[in-house]
Amino acid sequence: MSIAITTQFICFTILSLVVIIGALGVVLLESIVYSAFLLGGVFMSVAGLYLLLNASFVAAAQVLVYVGAVNVLIIFAIMLVNKKEDLKPINDIKSRRIISTSICLTLLSLLIRVDLTNVWSLSSPQNSIGEESTIRIGEHLFSDYLLPFEVASVLLLMAMIGAIVLARRDVMSKDISTGLPVDQELIEKSSEPLLTNKN
Amino acid sequence: MEYGLDLEYSFNEFLRGFGLSSEIAHIIWLPLPMLLVLVAAVVGVLVTVWLERKISAAAQQRIGPEYAGALGVLQPIADGLKLLVKEDIIPDKADGILFTAGPILVLVPVILSWLIVPFGQNLLISNVGIGIFLWIALSSIQPIGLLMSGYASNNKYSLLGGLRAAAQSISYEIPLALSVLAIVLMTNSLSTIDIVNQQSGAGILSWNIWRQPVGFIVFWICALAECERLPFDLPEAEEELVAGYQTEYAGMKFALFYLGSYINLILSALLVSILYLGGWGFPIPVELIAKFLNLPINAPFIQVFTASIGIVMTVLKAYLLVFIAILLRWTTPRVRIDQLLDLGWKFLLPISLANLLITAGLKLAFPQFFGG
Repeated sequence: MSIAITTQFICFTILSLVVIIGALGVVLLESIVYSAFLLGGVFMSVAGLYLLLNASFVAAAQVLVYVGAVNVLIIFAIMLVNKKEDLKPINDIKSRRIISTSICLTLLSLLIRVDLTNVWSLSSPQNSIGEESTIRIGEHLFSDYLLPFEVASVLLLMAMIGAIVLARRDVMSKDISTGLPVDQELIEKSSEPLLTNKN
Repeated sequence: MEYGLDLEYSFNEFLRGFGLSSEIAHIIWLPLPMLLVLVAAVVGVLVTVWLERKISAAAQQRIGPEYAGALGVLQPIADGLKLLVKEDIIPDKADGILFTAGPILVLVPVILSWLIVPFGQNLLISNVGIGIFLWIALSSIQPIGLLMSGYASNNKYSLLGGLRAAAQSISYEIPLALSVLAIVLMTNSLSTIDIVNQQSGAGILSWNIWRQPVGFIVFWICALAECERLPFDLPEAEEELVAGYQTEYAGMKFALFYLGSYINLILSALLVSILYLGGWGFPIPVELIAKFLNLPINAPFIQVFTASIGIVMTVLKAYLLVFIAILLRWTTPRVRIDQLLDLGWKFLLPISLANLLITAGLKLAFPQFFGG
């Protein structure tokens, strides 16, 4: 068993290092594109952690939803509006940083307190069901977790309708907040001809 | 149905005969099937490239490669060697890290997906419980690599190609997953082994293609779109976008894209044959033939025979589908991007949803035919 345990430990160490360093990179890097790609790496490593916990279905779902859908859409949006402009300087950046750091540290201390007080060990080691988990998840989704599941789908439907309303501006003729008639022109501005200004 | 060759067990027994512990034997065993499948995938790519050249030549009334080996069979190897020794260029204004990571991210998920491709009862790398779902999840990673290389090239054609690839991949993943879901509904399992075994009852008559004709067509169209094969090769449409996200790539990095797309094509063909065409099953059940010839099904030489028939059948079905894909590539025009997205969202998605609903109804109404 020692080889299996060693392998598991090495994998766990590498995955947690990638999660922590990647998450720091997402927050601290200046380039938003790098942040988005690092976010994908963090999602992948979290999926790897699920795999180590014998939750293969959750791991695959994590990859499919977070990497394949959420992260791709984030990168897609960043590249569609790929503007190269500097961020506006903020006046009271120092006090803002102090406030956000203190909030983050408070949350961190709360989490550490949770980690130290809660009893994490399972009642019996036979509790892990491994490959059976897909069936068990399905049973739960259609019995005791039915209401949250359906409410989540209603939420997604609402988000979709909202996106359609925002994207198709001919749905509403008046601006909701000001009451002025909405500009119905195309969003794209006519671009300058490529060759005239080159001389 | 627990017969058939179990190479892993015999190999471990063999090594334990030399006094090795079962753990060491397992570690020595682990890389062998992986290497074998990797070699099989690369050889499959070489064969497909040769087929593509020969069939395209036939479709255009040319001869095609002729001088490299008999009938030009060595041409793909020459191509590969050429790409291997070409200079590796990273454009001056490109983003070096992302430019290098892009092709790797495109290739690795495709190769990982070979984990679940079975060539026989025990002839696959790992019979993971989530089976076919693993492939769907892994194939959703690919667009990140495409976006990455499109962005890092610092070239507007590359960026447009990358964006198109991602949009196309996202749109066609949904009907693809829904048509797989209909199969899973009938099988009661995500494992590829179970999916094939469920189709092995009456030979060719029990293949899923008869029970899921709509799903088969939807899956095949979506698989072609995911592979960016010609009716849907907008991301690299050469007349519009030079070569899409591949424009700035040369040498080995280009070869990774090339390899990735062909491995993906073979993988898709293999999965279509597993999901809809009975996988390793012979059109007439092998047990029936053995009974007819009065041979015991568990005899060693019969098992070797059935295993080799299984491999041959899987590869044969897959290459039949690859042939259809190549023929489609050289005979159909490219669709426009709006036609592509319309086809995905307004046609395939509703049809695959209806297919799923009807499958569920049929499963409840005729449990003996549609998997109770």
